[in-house]
Amino acid sequence: MTTLHETAPVIDAHQDIQFDGTIGENLVENAKFSTRNVNVFYGEKQAIFDASLDIAENEVIALIGPSGCGKSTYLRSLNRMNDTIPICRVEGELKLDGENIYGKSMDPVLLRARVGMVFQKPNPFPKSIYDNVAYGPRIHGLARNSSELDEIVETSLQKAGLFKEVKDRLDAPGTGLSGGQQQRLCIARTIAVSPEVILMDEPASALDPIATATIEELIDELRENFTIAIVTHSMQQAARVSQRTAYFHLGRLIEVGQTNQIFTNPRHQLTENYITGKFG
Amino acid sequence: MDQESPIGGHISRRFDSELEDIRNHVLAMGGLVETQVNSGIQALLESNSEVARQVAEGDHVVNSMEVKIDEMCVQILARRQPAATDLRLIIAIIKTITDLERIGDQAEKLGQFELELIDEGSTSTDYAKLEHLGNLVSKLLHNALDAFARVDDQAALKTIKKDTKIDNEYEALMRQLITVMMEDPRTIKNALRVAWCARALERIGDHATNICEYVLYLVHGKDVRHIDYKDMKNQIRGK
Repeated sequence: MTTLHETAPVIDAHQDIQFDGTIGENLVENAKFSTRNVNVFYGEKQAIFDASLDIAENEVIALIGPSGCGKSTYLRSLNRMNDTIPICRVEGELKLDGENIYGKSMDPVLLRARVGMVFQKPNPFPKSIYDNVAYGPRIHGLARNSSELDEIVETSLQKAGLFKEVKDRLDAPGTGLSGGQQQRLCIARTIAVSPEVILMDEPASALDPIATATIEELIDELRENFTIAIVTHSMQQAARVSQRTAYFHLGRLIEVGQTNQIFTNPRHQLTENYITGKFG
Repeated sequence: MDQESPIGGHISRRFDSELEDIRNHVLAMGGLVETQVNSGIQALLESNSEVARQVAEGDHVVNSMEVKIDEMCVQILARRQPAATDLRLIIAIIKTITDLERIGDQAEKLGQFELELIDEGSTSTDYAKLEHLGNLVSKLLHNALDAFARVDDQAALKTIKKDTKIDNEYEALMRQLITVMMEDPRTIKNALRVAWCARALERIGDHATNICEYVLYLVHGKDVRHIDYKDMKNQIRGK
């Protein structure tokens, strides 16, 4: 849906760590997304090593870890955003509702409608607020007529908590909104195609604390209808919005657990070091 | 077995030094409280009014230390948003100093009751021998503070187990005091004072045990309050 593709950081495969498999609750029973033994390569360099993780229906899972740990790469592999990087290769089993998302029968465009993505920097199209939200439903043919489209746009803006602020200027350019409003517009645009999963890559890192709080509140509300995976550098944000937290380190999925447990009593020393700020 | 210090190693060295500073204040408070308790016991056993007065009048220093450390912990919570071991350390400290303050209150009571006994021309030894209970409590408190200072979960577990001895000794003393009071009701007033001293010592044992439980929480992240010793050991072993 979006053309934005930053180059993901690549880690040095030689810089090895002691790793005896992911500890904690990386697998769940009601998995929406089920990924097993995922390896991701950028050319010769391996960015993710053997990660197995389930994402449960209607949960918010936070992916945390230091820069270059593979959390964004993992997130991007979930809706095949990595396809846009020619040297990127994804191996392993990645299933959405039991269906292989890298299978031949899977259309990446349809996949990305089912698995939407929100990026670090708000990236509205240079179009009106209305057209930003209407774009997806139009290309996917989700509305039979203009009044249905109007309804989708309004509902999406409402769900994103933006409608009240923009209802009198839907024709104004989306790029004219404030940063926080633009990010909510991007969320409305994602919601408009009725995705099942929303991937968020640092959705609030370019926003002030008030706009951040609004986005976090929104994430909490969206959880009722969507499954959300969020990559964040803010440990407090992960602690506030997620039910489960996954910790990545140098391409390895080190530990997964209930957010309550991860932030009070992590089991792996690397997780402990990261969340207490002990990396030197 | 000493655990690795939970304090050092942060990227922010200022955070390290803030935590170290708090820890030093807690250790100083623990040291003062231990002195208060030992002096209280000494006053009781030796009928020493001078020491009793010092203990009774010295509690305000303990109280002000509690306030000071609480404030330091609030600052850390507000400014550092500690997580994992750091969070558990701060929580353990906040709880520990509450118990230390209450131990201080019990020590103050020992001093006050002893002064009252001396005023009545009496002494605790007329009614019961508190020496053994005093020794047990003094040792338990010392071991609890030591386990806290060294973040030693095994020492904490051992110390918790010893509290049963204190409870048994307290029960025995109470039976003894009740017998004395029944034999001669004129002794009731002073015998009750001695009973309250025994009660204060027994409570100090309970508070010291609580401190050991916070050490276990700090090390293992498990809340082991209000469960029996066997379950506690199983929890620590992750069963």
